[in-house]
Amino acid sequence: MGVAVAQVSPPTGSRVHYLNESYGIKSWLFTTDHKRISLLYLGSITVMFFIGGFAALLMRLNLLEPAGAIVQPETYNKLFTMHGIIMVWFFLIPSIPATLGNFLVPMMIGARDLAFPRLNLLSWYIYLVGAGFTLYALISGGVDSGWTFYTPLSSIYLTTHVLSAATGIFITGFSSILTGLNFIVTIHKMRAPGLTWFRLPLFIWSMYATSVIFVLATPVLAITLLLVGLERVLHVGIFDPAIGGDPVLFQHLFWFYSHPAVYIMILPGMGVISELVTAFARKRAFGYKAIAYSSMAIALLSFLVWGHHMFVSGQSVYAGVVFSALSFAVAIPSAIKVFNWTATLYKGSISYQAPMLYALGFIGLFTMGGLTGLFLASLAVDVHVHDTYFVIAHFHYIMVGGAVMAYLGGIHFWWPKMTGRMYPDLWARFAAFVIFIGFNLTFFPQYILGYLGMPRRYAMYPPEFQALNVLSTAGASILGIGYLIPFVYLIWSIRYGPEASPNPWKAKGLEWEHSPSPPPKDNFEDVPVVTEEAYAYAASEPARV
Amino acid sequence: MAEPLVPVRTYTMVFVALLALAALTTGLAYVDLGPFNTVAALAIAAAKMLLVALFFMHVWYKPGLTRIVILAAFFWLSLLVSMTLIDVFTRNWTPQPTGWLPGS
Amino acid sequence: MSDIAPASGALVGASDLPSTAADLHHQFEEIEQQRDAGNMGMWVFLATEVLFFGGLFTTYTVYRSLYFAGFEVGSHLLERPFGAAMTFILLGSSFTMALSIHAIRMGRRKLLCALLLLTIILGAIFLGIKFTEYAEKWHEHLVPGLNFHPTVDQLRGAPGDAVDLFLCFYFFMTGLHALHMIVGIGLLSVMAIRAWNRSLSQANYQQLEVSGLYWHFVDIIWIFLFPLLYLIGGPR
Repeated sequence: MGVAVAQVSPPTGSRVHYLNESYGIKSWLFTTDHKRISLLYLGSITVMFFIGGFAALLMRLNLLEPAGAIVQPETYNKLFTMHGIIMVWFFLIPSIPATLGNFLVPMMIGARDLAFPRLNLLSWYIYLVGAGFTLYALISGGVDSGWTFYTPLSSIYLTTHVLSAATGIFITGFSSILTGLNFIVTIHKMRAPGLTWFRLPLFIWSMYATSVIFVLATPVLAITLLLVGLERVLHVGIFDPAIGGDPVLFQHLFWFYSHPAVYIMILPGMGVISELVTAFARKRAFGYKAIAYSSMAIALLSFLVWGHHMFVSGQSVYAGVVFSALSFAVAIPSAIKVFNWTATLYKGSISYQAPMLYALGFIGLFTMGGLTGLFLASLAVDVHVHDTYFVIAHFHYIMVGGAVMAYLGGIHFWWPKMTGRMYPDLWARFAAFVIFIGFNLTFFPQYILGYLGMPRRYAMYPPEFQALNVLSTAGASILGIGYLIPFVYLIWSIRYGPEASPNPWKAKGLEWEHSPSPPPKDNFEDVPVVTEEAYAYAASEPARV
Repeated sequence: MAEPLVPVRTYTMVFVALLALAALTTGLAYVDLGPFNTVAALAIAAAKMLLVALFFMHVWYKPGLTRIVILAAFFWLSLLVSMTLIDVFTRNWTPQPTGWLPGS
Repeated sequence: MSDIAPASGALVGASDLPSTAADLHHQFEEIEQQRDAGNMGMWVFLATEVLFFGGLFTTYTVYRSLYFAGFEVGSHLLERPFGAAMTFILLGSSFTMALSIHAIRMGRRKLLCALLLLTIILGAIFLGIKFTEYAEKWHEHLVPGLNFHPTVDQLRGAPGDAVDLFLCFYFFMTGLHALHMIVGIGLLSVMAIRAWNRSLSQANYQQLEVSGLYWHFVDIIWIFLFPLLYLIGGPR
């Protein structure tokens, strides 16, 4: 961005960079380098992803037959609970922020680290402790409250390990809060000279908006889980209707966090897509300011819509109307982004490497998921499809078709920067296709199943739904294989992949233009001075073949 | 240092004001003012909070960003409270059915 | 304001604290940036605490509006003089805390340590009163879940369940607050030790400032807890 880096980097092996500047397990476990911490997180969340995915596999296998094929209903309840808890809190919420965010936020703004490097390391340890409690709950017999912990079931009646699971999530929440706090202060206070707010990469805008949500929503989850825990331990009746407690009040508190949480899961993905689309269309972002403002609008509006999860809970119809109207409003900034990405692609010089395939998949699938969100926001329609597979399909289109694809696209895009190695492109494109096909085969039938009336969280179903369920399970197997492929070749590439140049994609951005691959421990030789707008691609640039 | 040095006199005056307000709110609680008891108590608490924040925590002397952070926190909290209360207060505006059977 | 000292590091007067500046951490370019970031970090953290306690305040608000009679009776079961005393004590501790910042700016180590010690002692007295209250509630069998058997006199016609709910909030809110007080006392103890052995200085006192912010915030929480728990309704 205005400062040329004329260095020709020597082969990775002989140059000192953040991966080889010190060796030994202590240099990793006690590191305060944001780049190493991002890799620590990468390893941890990948482990959790496969555990949560395994639970999903068992669920889908069970649903091959109407009477349940492999597990008892009690076990099934535990499976969907653990799948939800692990995927939401231990994979999706940390995924992009803690891996790509930790790595890129300082680099993209020209800083040498985050504002509070030790807090960053602490947040990883807190994540591990939280994961430990939750895995303990899993191993010692599981939880069957659903990831939503609705009371009074969770607070009074269940005898499963609700407390350890809730404790694990409570603890991990602080990991999120610290990450968000770190990003907010870093972005405000540590931008390089010349890097004004409207010259920032859109990924940074997304991370900033995400961090605002982290910081304001997560504490409410913490107090809510604390109340559930206290109710269980002390046998008091805060949410017990028998003594005048209000279960719907729990839902207000829970969803006040959990709805913004879903935007925590998608906003970083949107940030990645902005980077991928501009890089692989070699064009400036169309409507940069619109995208930036939309990110902030989403952060605010996401807090105003939580009641749309409670339309049939006994919540007042009038409150329902308010939440419904606001839920329509929150779709607008997301739609603006989709239009702007599309306009960015128009007349761009597009190349179809794996990251771009993931980005294109995101745009299509996120749009479908988002539109079905509008169906759900309509009060009358929601009465029909609430608690059915329609809802499941909706959020998986956004979280898997959207967020996970953005995550994979980002991992692939920045892999050469993070590791100094290139992955095999053909395998990567192949995997992207497998994932896209497997995903749609898994989840599109679920829209139909839900609309036809199949309830969610049921271990068995009426026989007329079997065909679609079998289709969905077949898709899930393909999707699972699709996820394994990158797992294999990415790890392979660390040792055997060809060494990457500082900027293999010829992309714009401080992390690409001002730093070798992998970067040195201090990120840059000299602090960059920024004089250009973001994505300052030349008017007509040839596509990279 | 960009931070101005707040004089002891300022701190002392703020402290005296805080004590006076605390005494006031305690005293008012022994007088029956109906619903105004709550309003007065909250108003006095808000005033005390402002004094502590502005002078003991130096917000009076700080640039806008600090104020934005605090205002944002309270604004977001007000969203939680107000929209929850929208539900709680309007629940019995529509008749609540008591069961499935006709006549209920 | 005419009596604010010039905005420079040099302050006239006797000083027995070293003027060594803080270490500049590698991720920052200037010490001012580091201070700014540290302060902003604490303010953002306090924002999270507002939402954390805020969830409790929300739940409280809902139940108070639904069960005002029970909440009023419950409130009258608490000792207002104790509550008032605790309020005055905490306000005093905020005053001494603010003065301690002034002391370090003037470089007066012994005064700084005395003020910090006083702040800690006031905090400890607060906690002493609080735990005495808790013990009293236990003896009166007014602890929800563990030991709750109110007498007819105590209930004064209000539904027992509503009084139960109120007392849940009393214990949860003051308990959470007390936990934060304990953390605060720990923080200030560390600050006092560092002040004593000269790790803090006129040019390097940001951690004290940030600890002070935390302490004042905990005081503000009590400023609201006092009327919301102890002063519901008018006289008995």
